[in-house]
Amino acid sequence: MYEISSAGNKNRFRRKIISLGRKIYLSAEETVFLWDAINIIPIFANMNERVIEKLKVLAEAAKYDVSCASSGTSRKNRKGMLGSASGWGICHSFAEDGRCIALLKIMLTNYCMFDCAYCINRRSNDIPRATFSVTELVDLTIEFYRRNYIEGLFLSSGVVRNADYTMERLVRVVKDLRTVHHFNGYIHLKSIPGASRELVNEAGLYADRMSVNIEIPNEKSLQLLAPEKDFQSVFQPMRYIQQGALQSAEERKRFRHAPRFVPAGQSTQVIVGATADSDKDILRLSSALYRRPTMKRVYYSGFIPVNAYDNRLPALKQPPLVRENRLYQADWLLRFYQFQVDEIVNDAYPDLDLEVDPKLGWALRHPEQFPVDVNRADYEMLLRVPGIGVKSAKQIVTSRRYARLGAEQLKRIGVVMKKAQYFITCRELPFLTVHELSPEGVRHILTQKTGKQATDERQLVFQFQEEV
Amino acid sequence: MTVFRYDKSWEGLLTAVFDAYARRQFPERLLAEKEPLPLFCDEAVTICTDPAKADRVWKGLQKRLSWTALSMLTVAWLSELPDIDGLLFRYIRKAIDAPQSIELNFGDPDVLAVSKIGKKVGSEAHRVVQFLRFQKAADGTFFAAVRPVYNVLPLTLSHLTDRFADQRWLVYDVGRAYGYYYDLREAVEVRFAEQEAHLLSGKLDEARMAADERLFQQLWKTYFQSIAIRERLNPRLHKQNMPARFWKFMPEKW
Repeated sequence: MYEISSAGNKNRFRRKIISLGRKIYLSAEETVFLWDAINIIPIFANMNERVIEKLKVLAEAAKYDVSCASSGTSRKNRKGMLGSASGWGICHSFAEDGRCIALLKIMLTNYCMFDCAYCINRRSNDIPRATFSVTELVDLTIEFYRRNYIEGLFLSSGVVRNADYTMERLVRVVKDLRTVHHFNGYIHLKSIPGASRELVNEAGLYADRMSVNIEIPNEKSLQLLAPEKDFQSVFQPMRYIQQGALQSAEERKRFRHAPRFVPAGQSTQVIVGATADSDKDILRLSSALYRRPTMKRVYYSGFIPVNAYDNRLPALKQPPLVRENRLYQADWLLRFYQFQVDEIVNDAYPDLDLEVDPKLGWALRHPEQFPVDVNRADYEMLLRVPGIGVKSAKQIVTSRRYARLGAEQLKRIGVVMKKAQYFITCRELPFLTVHELSPEGVRHILTQKTGKQATDERQLVFQFQEEV
Repeated sequence: MTVFRYDKSWEGLLTAVFDAYARRQFPERLLAEKEPLPLFCDEAVTICTDPAKADRVWKGLQKRLSWTALSMLTVAWLSELPDIDGLLFRYIRKAIDAPQSIELNFGDPDVLAVSKIGKKVGSEAHRVVQFLRFQKAADGTFFAAVRPVYNVLPLTLSHLTDRFADQRWLVYDVGRAYGYYYDLREAVEVRFAEQEAHLLSGKLDEARMAADERLFQQLWKTYFQSIAIRERLNPRLHKQNMPARFWKFMPEKW
């Protein structure tokens, strides 16, 4: 029925399939039908061209997932196995959007029976679809790995037939990699929302890190944008992962060779700017997630309108990159600078300031805490000074045991004096501090733009409309 | 002004430290053996490298500095910067003279400078580990060429031998014209009498390539291009994260 006579008909054939697809994507059962008929799709000139085409389609499908970390597991090579995992993670390349490529981030298939408004792979989208076979994917991973292109595999998938069916296929790939091909590199596996405990437990034995994406930070908007999903289906696999990891940690205390379960923990992702949620909602959610054991990272993905026709979503001129950046800065304050979420955003300041970074914002709201004497203040307080980071704070603490530090030394250590000068005193007489200049004055000085920077093209222009 | 002449080797530097203390005479500058003397030079002392003396200095340093600081010294030495020997000489002298370890006194310009150079060399080594690209040759050997700013290949060996333990590989520093060959047991330093084309350009030619090499390069390039999000293009960040000097040896950029 789907046979095609010559390779030259590639494009005509593709058109046929796409138009076919438009009919088929209407219902979930029919999607399943197409899944079963998948192998007919890319019959191209030869095997290699087919794989290239698939790789293209499935990488395009996976690229909106932000996570790429290859950190969290340190594993030496063992005899008869291929590869190792380095604790800090290694980025092997950087895409032209500046994001790191550490793992072969790919989907097993981009067929999906869900119809989430924000997703490129939603059922109702008219895009080329493809599916990798297990062998193809395993070959790609191993050959890329041997050439030092990648740190490992990041495998995800569209939902086909049901959550467990898809999850089972994902598990089969990683199991194959680990047990048949003795692949010892990094594996990040996406857990499908709604997958059962048994499958998550099996996946955890092979994967280094697992993740389930929350995407939309509150349940109401999620229901609106992704009618097939709910918070339950997202948080349940997260709990399974957490329980599995804690249980394995417990077992490893008793038996040294008990298997490790998701040693690099889990991560998740939130889309920023697709709904009217404030930064307060997002950061409260991530701070609550970080309190859970095994939750290592929350990623923020500036919303890119991939389905511009869907009017449940805002029409953005540009993805909200500045806001995304500010959220990451706030995330770092939570994880490394000992800030509480309510200090960064609260009911009085529900959104992060786009003009100044969140730490400077906090300092300007709390001038009573400054100036800080760098030769006396404790480490926690040094961390709160704008312009002093974790590294410089540590260097200050160790160096001041030998002698009192002056402005010149601070500068050489790496303190950003442009910001820090208003908030510190050191060996020299104090400069003009935030008290003399007033917080507004300091803010004005630090946000003044000169020359080229005067207009920032990347700022979010769109304003959300008030709901009636 | 007193200057010391030595053979610009690590042992030579340590011997110079030993001799300086033995003679109670400290040089203002360290010179290579053939280098012309500066103006107003009172005395030029020639140091004969002696492993026994170097060893004694090193043992003394081990008592005064932590393992981290010692490895920082050797890593900084690999930077091959023109003034690195003078800086390390001053650092070692301070470490020997001070009553307590000086390694955390970042208020001292020499300590800070050594730590900064050490970090620079370390991150260059990390970049080599990141951006090194193997090409499979017809005989099954994986070949990679790099041209790092500092002499960092020795620092990457432990990682490479661990990760690619079951394949034969050759990493080659094009600028310094030497490399390391791993024969499934250990990595040995190699130099080539004849500079063939791939040792200069870093690219294997079609005839020497394994049959499927071209395909995987093409696959990788396809992947690299499809994974970027067009709405977010940021060439500045791209260049900052992946310096352009590595592009020459990376198939995704060919």
